Amino acid sequence: MLEVLEVIFNGLSTGAVLLISSLGLAIVFGLMGVINLAHGELIMLGAYTTFLVQNVCKAFGSPWKESYIFFALILAFIVGAIAGLILERGVIRYLYGRPLETLLATWGVSLILQQFVRTVNWVLVIGIAIFCLLFFGGLWVLNRLPNFQQIRKWVITVMLPLSIGIAAVTGGFLSQTYKLAVTKPWFGAQGVAVTAPKWLFGGLNIGTLTLPYVRLFIIALTIACIIALYLFFQRTSWGLRIRAVTQNRSMSACLGIPTQKVDALTFALGSGLAGVAGVAISLLGSVAPNTGQNYIVNTFMVVVVGGVGKLVGSIVAALAIGTIDYIIASKALLPLVAASKPLTDLVEFFGSTDMAKVMVFALIIVFLQIKPGGLFPEKGRTVDA
Amino acid sequence: MSHQIGRRKFILYGSAALGTSLLLKACTTPPPESGTASTPGAGSSPATGASPVSNTTSGGGDTIKVGILHSLSGTMSISEKSVVDAEQLAIEEINAAGGVLGKQIEAVVEDGNSDWPTFAEKAKKLIDQDKVVTVFGCWTSASRKAVLPVFEQKKHMLWYPVQYEGQECSQNIFYTGAAPNQQIEPAVDWLLQNKGKEFFLVGSNYVFPKTANTIIKAQLAAKGGKTVGEDYIPLGNTEVAPIIAKIKKALPNGGVIFNTLNGDSNVAFFKGMQEAGLTPDKYPTMSVSVAEEEIKAIGKEYLVGHYAAWNYFQTVDTPANKKFVEAFKKKYGDDRVTNDPMEAAYIMVYLWKQAVEKAKTTDLEPVRKAAIGQTFDAPEGQVTLENNHHLSKFVRIGEVADDGLFKIVFETKTAVKPIPWNQFVADTKGFACDWSDPNKGGKYKV
Repeated sequence: MLEVLEVIFNGLSTGAVLLISSLGLAIVFGLMGVINLAHGELIMLGAYTTFLVQNVCKAFGSPWKESYIFFALILAFIVGAIAGLILERGVIRYLYGRPLETLLATWGVSLILQQFVRTVNWVLVIGIAIFCLLFFGGLWVLNRLPNFQQIRKWVITVMLPLSIGIAAVTGGFLSQTYKLAVTKPWFGAQGVAVTAPKWLFGGLNIGTLTLPYVRLFIIALTIACIIALYLFFQRTSWGLRIRAVTQNRSMSACLGIPTQKVDALTFALGSGLAGVAGVAISLLGSVAPNTGQNYIVNTFMVVVVGGVGKLVGSIVAALAIGTIDYIIASKALLPLVAASKPLTDLVEFFGSTDMAKVMVFALIIVFLQIKPGGLFPEKGRTVDA
Repeated sequence: MSHQIGRRKFILYGSAALGTSLLLKACTTPPPESGTASTPGAGSSPATGASPVSNTTSGGGDTIKVGILHSLSGTMSISEKSVVDAEQLAIEEINAAGGVLGKQIEAVVEDGNSDWPTFAEKAKKLIDQDKVVTVFGCWTSASRKAVLPVFEQKKHMLWYPVQYEGQECSQNIFYTGAAPNQQIEPAVDWLLQNKGKEFFLVGSNYVFPKTANTIIKAQLAAKGGKTVGEDYIPLGNTEVAPIIAKIKKALPNGGVIFNTLNGDSNVAFFKGMQEAGLTPDKYPTMSVSVAEEEIKAIGKEYLVGHYAAWNYFQTVDTPANKKFVEAFKKKYGDDRVTNDPMEAAYIMVYLWKQAVEKAKTTDLEPVRKAAIGQTFDAPEGQVTLENNHHLSKFVRIGEVADDGLFKIVFETKTAVKPIPWNQFVADTKGFACDWSDPNKGGKYKV
């Protein structure tokens, strides 16, 4: 009995990690049809936010130190959402309906974000801030001129090198003056350590079975996210608009729904959830620039198996994949097949973490042959619509 | 129409942002280097300009060019970046003390991008285009295997600073990290004597852990231990629940875990152990890829009480190490730590320098000959470059302490001689390597 419970719990917790990391993608890819390869990096940003919040809260001492995780959740959502918003406004909105370009552009963004986290230091941040201030601020001021549209090209030609020059010179000056203090990377290429708060250490003991609190926390967090999403989509006017745009974009536009705003909001929501996922995975695994890469394949796998366009598909798919993966890798079926020698050999053969992955992918390929649309296919606003 | 303008605007802004970041990066790179012109002894260096170590190719006959080839981007940059730091520190110290043969060393730094074909390509570039006299580089065995044909074909010279699985002995490579008998085997012996007979082996799924575990299993069988289980995680995978479940099933009352995981999986593994209540008093874990830098990344709370086997720890008590740690912290910041591969990287630059000085030239063949037998008072103790192109090294076992450094619980009294061809593996049993004797070479029957 206890063994069955253990399998169920571990499968559930593996599935919950898969699910929380792919919830955001289920919205961005599933509902909007945007192939966002930078999703993993948004998760990574969430994880780094957790690290920062943890360090700040540590400095404040006892009550804060133990509860940093809640602030981290809120802040990670905001950081993820803002990063997503910039990504959508800056890149993706120009590429709607062009999946190949989106794929390449978001992959590029993911590389930029990774390298950004590796190299970010005060000089870089101050330099970028000065550039944005000068360039975009300057454009904003000049925008008030009556003949701005005619001189726009000239303004940009002059302002661009000028702002870059000033930003670069300031950066160079700062790094010469303050040396290591400003040129030292904040995080560096090495991973950083996130330690779970004390009350998440250890686990709940049921006989010989231990249910780690961290896992329970992640399961609870996943459930909370799903409920919040359900309420948002079903009970709020923006949720209604998102569903409307997903189902029929031009009709929604005709009826006066601001589709561009809806796009931005949906994307920000998905990215914010990626940030929240970052908090969860920072409790389990590493926080490093390439953290996102470890999850991106799994998240796409979940959404594809679940069926593009429906959240419930992703939920079922994540739990199913998690449980199957755990059952194969931990050889949990061994007692059931003990009677038959070839079956035992088969279970033994696939009974390691790496072989289980092979098996799961093979099963997914077979499954997609039978049901190409995934578990719950629904015609959403697909990429080529 | 508005769409058109939007896209153009986007491209413009995008390239502007990229340009700024590139420029800023270009501006920020020199300072750490030119800034260190003020490190001790730099004042005495005569001829050099502001930055003796830089990746510009200024040409000229007054410098000796050496190549540095590591991953500065991609997965492996986590580990390799700090090795580059150590190599540049050594080069800078040598330059400050007057250089080699009266010339300054100029390092050409190339990024292998954690991609093995790129390593081979950059190795070719360093040799053919930059005409470097030697290359310091690589971390993973895969990258070393990728550049090996290049170095053999061009009869060039690579210095490799990382502990590895052995089973290789090239004339064109000097290995300054540990061979298995200088890390894994002593660790297993120590565990058998002090911690228990039942072992569970956990590793990443690639050549080093697989070879290491073959060795460990043979060794356990020979010495009365028992392997109760073995599992591999794909590189980068962070789901460890199945492994933890298997460990609990195989070792219900505790036992030894031998961990050859590499990179991120370590973080997930130790967090998983802690979650599941597998504490070091019942499940002592011996790691061979977890050093001071990794402790920082995993979080010391998860590691206190576990063990690691290396040749060098930051806490080694020698005058040379004190100087090394001080110089490193001064150059790169107080919160940085030193570790085994960094020390090996630091040593190898000095060994090369000594070989060049003995040969009185940077020509490859004389240097190769002169290198054998070089001794160096390294941070870990006095090391010697043996005739099999490996280094005799001290072996140490450390226990992770509360401050995130290692408390050394065991160390060999003398340096252990390297055995690259493994004597526990049937294929290579009875073979050895000796490059000082032309009749013997890389693999001969004893």
